[in-house]
Amino acid sequence: MLRRLRTAAGHVAKNALPAIAAAAVLLIVMAAARTTPQQRTAAALPVSHQPATLELNGLLADRWADDGLPAPEAADDLTVLRRLSLALHGTVPSLEEIREFEADDAPNRLRRWTRRMIEDPRYGRYFAERLARPLVGVEPAPFVVFRRDRLTAWMAERIGQDQPWDQTVRHLIADEGIWTDTPAVNFITKQVANDDLDVDALTARTVRAFLGQRIDCAQCHDHPFDKWKQGEFEGLAAFYGQTGLSIGGVTDNPEAVYTVQDRETLEDRVVDPSVPFGEDWLTDRDRRRLALADWITAEQNARFDRAIANRVWTLMMGRPFVSTRPVDDLPDPADPVDRLFDEPDEWAGLDFLADDFRASGRRISRLVEVIAASDAFRASSRSELYGSDLAAAEESWAVRPLARLRPEQVIGSMIQASSVRTVDPDSHLFVRILRLVRENDFVKDFGDPGESELDVRPGTLPQALLRMNGKLVKELSDASPMTASGRLQIVQRDSDKLVETAFLSCLTRRPTDAERTFFVGEFENRVDDPANRSREQIVEDLYWTLFNSPEFSWVR
Amino acid sequence: MLTRRQFLHTTAAASISFALPALSARAADRRGAERQKSLIVVWLAGGPSQLETWDPHPGTAIGGETKAIDTRLAGVQIGEDYPAVAEVMDRFSVVRSLTSKEGDHERGTYYLLTGYRPDPSVTHPSLGAIVTRELPSKSLEIPAHVALGSAAPFSQPRGGYFGPQFDAYKISDPGRGLSNATARKGEDRQRRRLAGLEVMNRSFAAGRSEQAKRTRHEQTTQEALQMMTSEQLAAFDIESEPAEVKAAYGDSNFGRGCLVARRLVETGVRTIQVVLDGFDSHVDNFGIHRSRANDLDPALAALVTELETRDLLASTAVLVIGEFGRTPRVNPLGGRDHWPTGFSCLLAGGGLRSGVVIGETDPTGEALEPSDPIGIEQIYATLLTTLGVDPAFEEYTPIGRPLRLADADPIDRLLA
Repeated sequence: MLRRLRTAAGHVAKNALPAIAAAAVLLIVMAAARTTPQQRTAAALPVSHQPATLELNGLLADRWADDGLPAPEAADDLTVLRRLSLALHGTVPSLEEIREFEADDAPNRLRRWTRRMIEDPRYGRYFAERLARPLVGVEPAPFVVFRRDRLTAWMAERIGQDQPWDQTVRHLIADEGIWTDTPAVNFITKQVANDDLDVDALTARTVRAFLGQRIDCAQCHDHPFDKWKQGEFEGLAAFYGQTGLSIGGVTDNPEAVYTVQDRETLEDRVVDPSVPFGEDWLTDRDRRRLALADWITAEQNARFDRAIANRVWTLMMGRPFVSTRPVDDLPDPADPVDRLFDEPDEWAGLDFLADDFRASGRRISRLVEVIAASDAFRASSRSELYGSDLAAAEESWAVRPLARLRPEQVIGSMIQASSVRTVDPDSHLFVRILRLVRENDFVKDFGDPGESELDVRPGTLPQALLRMNGKLVKELSDASPMTASGRLQIVQRDSDKLVETAFLSCLTRRPTDAERTFFVGEFENRVDDPANRSREQIVEDLYWTLFNSPEFSWVR
Repeated sequence: MLTRRQFLHTTAAASISFALPALSARAADRRGAERQKSLIVVWLAGGPSQLETWDPHPGTAIGGETKAIDTRLAGVQIGEDYPAVAEVMDRFSVVRSLTSKEGDHERGTYYLLTGYRPDPSVTHPSLGAIVTRELPSKSLEIPAHVALGSAAPFSQPRGGYFGPQFDAYKISDPGRGLSNATARKGEDRQRRRLAGLEVMNRSFAAGRSEQAKRTRHEQTTQEALQMMTSEQLAAFDIESEPAEVKAAYGDSNFGRGCLVARRLVETGVRTIQVVLDGFDSHVDNFGIHRSRANDLDPALAALVTELETRDLLASTAVLVIGEFGRTPRVNPLGGRDHWPTGFSCLLAGGGLRSGVVIGETDPTGEALEPSDPIGIEQIYATLLTTLGVDPAFEEYTPIGRPLRLADADPIDRLLA
């Protein structure tokens, strides 16, 4: 049924898409309303990450003490649950989940729920989407989309199974084969244009994605500030210099000679593979890409662990660990600048996370769990500080910075909030939602920030118009047998409880006194209501208002 | 409260001798060179052939089947498919020696939109974003930077490191008003909704007013609401235009875009991009260019004519350009391929000199470089200068590197 729906959606005129997409999503939600949520044992945590969390908290506390900042106030558990759900599943928690969470009074509730969310199929799917971005970009070209989908599905499986990250990266760098059979090679095919592999682009992407450093400028000239030299770039690029496309897909030809055209003399010169640091970690392999994979993922290569630790931190917190540096432009691990001036080392927390990640088998879930349990993740976004004090507190994680929801998080959350039950029947359906979202005009109008999605950005005017007047918002807030607003006003006659339910499903919290007074008042003052609204219309307006509220669009 | 008349009386009585600012005359209502400056970029997406447009070489090995016609500009011939533009050619200057190093659509577009080649460490603002940011439009209730028409997503001018609030507001299907600009429910219900939103804004800002302000959520909501109820919104809708005006621009998406562009300029919008897509003529170059000319010729001529008759041309700079040109050689499929050296653009209005011709390409196609090569940085420095923005001003980018608004000096020959 679902396949038919999607195909049908694919054939209609473009402007009809949002309605159909929304309807299809709702049908998916309805059809798949889960039987019962998978029962999980409340007790056992597989690997205790508590000592690591304590150590990370200690490092954060040192920094706060050094900066003269008070330790952060902790956000309440529901707020943390909302942050977790948005980061790991891409939607707000469902009302069903909230009720279950609140009924859970065993110890270590948040830690257990973090684990539970990681074990949910939505985590692998959603986190893989986020992690695949720096590998394959977001261009909408049809063939690129196919390849990206193959790669993302493969990554989702690996992340869902918690396979070690270094092994995943080794596949991405060194696999040989056809793009349909060997999904990892699409990291390479992504950089193929007109049957030619763009070795420079692939090298730059490799270093950014896996080592968290930008050597792109060194492609044409020596890096103006860092110490990257053009020759170092070329030496790294030479590891991909024997790679090409053939009938067998992405393959290596050990006979191939890698040449670079000299920009001055315009003559070709042969470049042999070489690395800019860590020559000792190089291995002797029969294929150059295997040697590159060995070198990048070497135990001693601190950049590798730092890069992924920083990316996971950014995905969960909305900003890189040191927010003045782009997520993929970290200084060298041994950079002595801070130490020279006896300043508190702002990278200490990240270094610890990276070391702990490596020591515990390089599993992404380890990073997720340690970060989720940290005082930084759980810090309140409220603060009495202002101006540069506030900025400093946010930079050192004593105040949780607000982070804008991505377009698919906005849509996913609206769909989740308007459906009451949990939208996670099985992973395929969830991915279909993501795909519907991608093809939807909503994302087009909302604006996909693309690969620079992790920059801190304010909201835009088209987004405001879309949120207020767009079709999808109307369909999800208008009362119908399919929407929460339609069903709630029938089953819940108590206005106070109704308002509370709407708040929980949209904002994962109960209304404040002022909000309760206002919104419950809307129902009670119906006689004086100049709009002369029916109860149904008041519920619609409530949902519209919650969808348009700032905290629906921002992780608080 | 004092009315203006009372105020005038009072000041007159007190014999205060200063000129009262013209309260009624909105900046946008002024005319001539006194008016605030605007910029229209006609973006020819896909890479238009210089040989079929503004730099024909008929009767040569590279000229193909395109003939040339005389224009109002003495000694300047253009492609025969542009009779209407030929009639207004004396309002234009033409550059026939643009050079770029980017022969890929996306990279070429980036360079031609921003004046900087793609650089992974920083995203540059487009010319439109620079102009919009440096010249704020105070009484404007609609976006100051607008893109009309549809092409590949990368042709939309972006705010770059100035931030997404300077991205062009994109309208794919111009002339029919603005999408999502109408409230879904009646006025009374909308008022209740907004009253509720007020409550929500307050609770969000409680304990984090500064953070809430940074999100711009409330501000963009306010801007959107102001826009939804603004009379200026009518600028997006060409319904009220006389039939003969609409006809002059031509019944095409691009023609409607040019007409909307004129209306936006009149309303005080700072920068407008109008896109005509489909120039990527690897196959059937001549057929494709003829069909593009059907849209471009009447619309561009009507735009310049109307700007002039409404006394808006002196204050409105017009640039007609694409990401690169096309090869002198005609390929076996009758197409021309990408050619980033020796391509053309047109410039008009905005206080620029007209009738200037810069650069020549080799009619044999042998010489790769045109004479008097011009980079897009130079064009942008020239445009910024005539619009009243200093191209040499250095902005600090988020990566701490200072960058000039345009990385070249203006072309003096084009400045009046």
